[in-house]
Amino acid sequence: MNDLPSFVISTLQATVRAGTPLLFAVLGTIFTERSGVMNLGLEGLMLVGAIGGFMASYNTSSLVAAVLVAMLAGAVLGLIHAFFTVTLKINQIVSGLAITMLGTGISGLWGKDYIGVIARRFNPIKIPLLSDIPYIGRIFFEHDMLVYISFVLVPVMWFVIYKTRAGMTLRAVGESPDAADAKGINVFAVRYLFTILGASITAIGGAYLSLAYNSMWIENMTAGRGWIAIALVLFATWDPFKALIGAYLFGGITALGLRLQAIGAHISPDFLKMLPYLLTIAVLFFTSTDALKRKVGAPASLGVPYSREERT
Amino acid sequence: MKRFLLILTLLLVTTAMLAAPLRVAFIYVAPIGDGGWSFMHNQGRLYLEKVFGSDIVTDFIENVPEGAEGESVFRGYAQRGYDLVFGTSFGYMDSMVKVSKSFPKTTFMHCSGYQVTDNLGTYFGRMYEPRFLSGLVAGAMTKTNIIGYVAAFPIPEVIRGINAFAMGVQYVNPQAKVHVVWSNTWFDPAREKEAAVSLLDIGADVIAQHQDSPAPQQAAEDRGVYSIGYNSDMSAFAPKAFLAAPVWNWGPYYEKIVRSVMDGTWTNAQYWGGINDGAVDIVLSDLVPSGVAKLVMSMRNAIVKGDMHPFVGPIYDQAGNLKYAEGEIPSDGDLLSMDWFINNVVGKIQ
Repeated sequence: MNDLPSFVISTLQATVRAGTPLLFAVLGTIFTERSGVMNLGLEGLMLVGAIGGFMASYNTSSLVAAVLVAMLAGAVLGLIHAFFTVTLKINQIVSGLAITMLGTGISGLWGKDYIGVIARRFNPIKIPLLSDIPYIGRIFFEHDMLVYISFVLVPVMWFVIYKTRAGMTLRAVGESPDAADAKGINVFAVRYLFTILGASITAIGGAYLSLAYNSMWIENMTAGRGWIAIALVLFATWDPFKALIGAYLFGGITALGLRLQAIGAHISPDFLKMLPYLLTIAVLFFTSTDALKRKVGAPASLGVPYSREERT
Repeated sequence: MKRFLLILTLLLVTTAMLAAPLRVAFIYVAPIGDGGWSFMHNQGRLYLEKVFGSDIVTDFIENVPEGAEGESVFRGYAQRGYDLVFGTSFGYMDSMVKVSKSFPKTTFMHCSGYQVTDNLGTYFGRMYEPRFLSGLVAGAMTKTNIIGYVAAFPIPEVIRGINAFAMGVQYVNPQAKVHVVWSNTWFDPAREKEAAVSLLDIGADVIAQHQDSPAPQQAAEDRGVYSIGYNSDMSAFAPKAFLAAPVWNWGPYYEKIVRSVMDGTWTNAQYWGGINDGAVDIVLSDLVPSGVAKLVMSMRNAIVKGDMHPFVGPIYDQAGNLKYAEGEIPSDGDLLSMDWFINNVVGKIQ
């Protein structure tokens, strides 16, 4: 593989693979945060997704069941987060961190008996016709089913958020819960729904690691991806398409860093690892003023619990 | 009657004291669910329970951070009267030195450190011996002469492992090169798999690794090529790829230490055990052809007997400088501080 085209193709193919777990985590969190609920519990959600999916696959050999159980595990933690932040109005940052710790602990506990075994996993499937397209085919259409689901999820989420009534309701709740409430929208229900839904999508990102990337469970196997994904949500400014770009950017830098070493080119891997964080800081810098925040579409009430009583 | 009772009581007390089980504690830096380093130490603990039965009581704490918090864990076990405490991470060194001085009745054993006190000894394994043997397998099995090695961080332990492996490769196949990719993580299975794939994409047909997770094994399995594992038999993860693995085997060594504490012969020696002590070894899968397996086993015997050393000159570095002349063997000090690659390794120490 010393010719440039195949180097580029294999790097981009690896980019999609490395970006997918992040993409699911970011997409789920976009849903949650669009409703005004901040969630920093991604690492925990991904871990319960990883072990939940792995346990289901190991015991049932059904990948459909695996994804459903992963989502269910995420949903349960999402429900806890919603209960604390929406009903009890606890600080969302604190609750999110607690979700990370809870998820890390629970996954470690459940996973004790699943170390050193393998389960049925997602294998790459070439999509007929599409995979025959030169270059593009190998980069995008020789992956596993979860990658294809993420391809579909991005435009679907974008459509839901920006073009449907449900999306308008979601955005209204995130922007101005008072106004939404006045219009007769049940702010609490919307926040519950999207926190749970978002958490279950994020959990698929973890399941991707234990069921697609590899077939194994090891404690803390997310290795910090949940934290990277939190930064990517900001980077993406709560937009699914930008989430795709951000996730692939991170994935691409991972893939490129390793591949440059393999062919003997030497760019400092520390520098490459640093790049996406620099970009994130730049985005944070440029979106730090309120005016800009509104422009990029940050949910105005993000992090603020909603209380009806205060309205009088 | 009174006197009889007194004697009886005394008898009972002495028997109870004699029969009191030895209390042994293990401190792990990671969860035992890491499937690697801490897991293998815990296997050693379980081995002790099996061997000694009711003569021993063991306990462990996992996920103990290095530093002040770790120190309180060591202190806690010593205060509760534990006889023998194993600390299994390099970073516990300062805490163990300190605590061992305050609790002279407790014996402390520190894995991979270099400081001792009157009641603190150190231990580690000569992993480079089985790594050399696994290199023989890789060198014999490669057809493309490109062997991939997924490495963790450029520290002497990892570099020594790569060099020993490359010495093995060179021994059977002077044409083959060992290509190194650093993952710069100790623990990230997905990244480790991606590192392996990047090596497969340049034509590697045998993948070796330093980290604990079997992710690189699965990458090799997916591509239909061979793999060399680490830490434990990983054939379950890659039944059609897994050839061999250098493995830790703490059980017999821990048994030896416990016996020496029981009969009072323990010393604060610095122990660096090889295959001959059973602390490290190699496992081979059925995929290794019998000729290669025979070579590996005869080399293993030679190492055990001391007739053979994985690092025997002439050894050249990557720039072609002669580091060790014909027949020369690096000292333990040289091995412990290794920071250069031998001439059939492709890659850079950053």
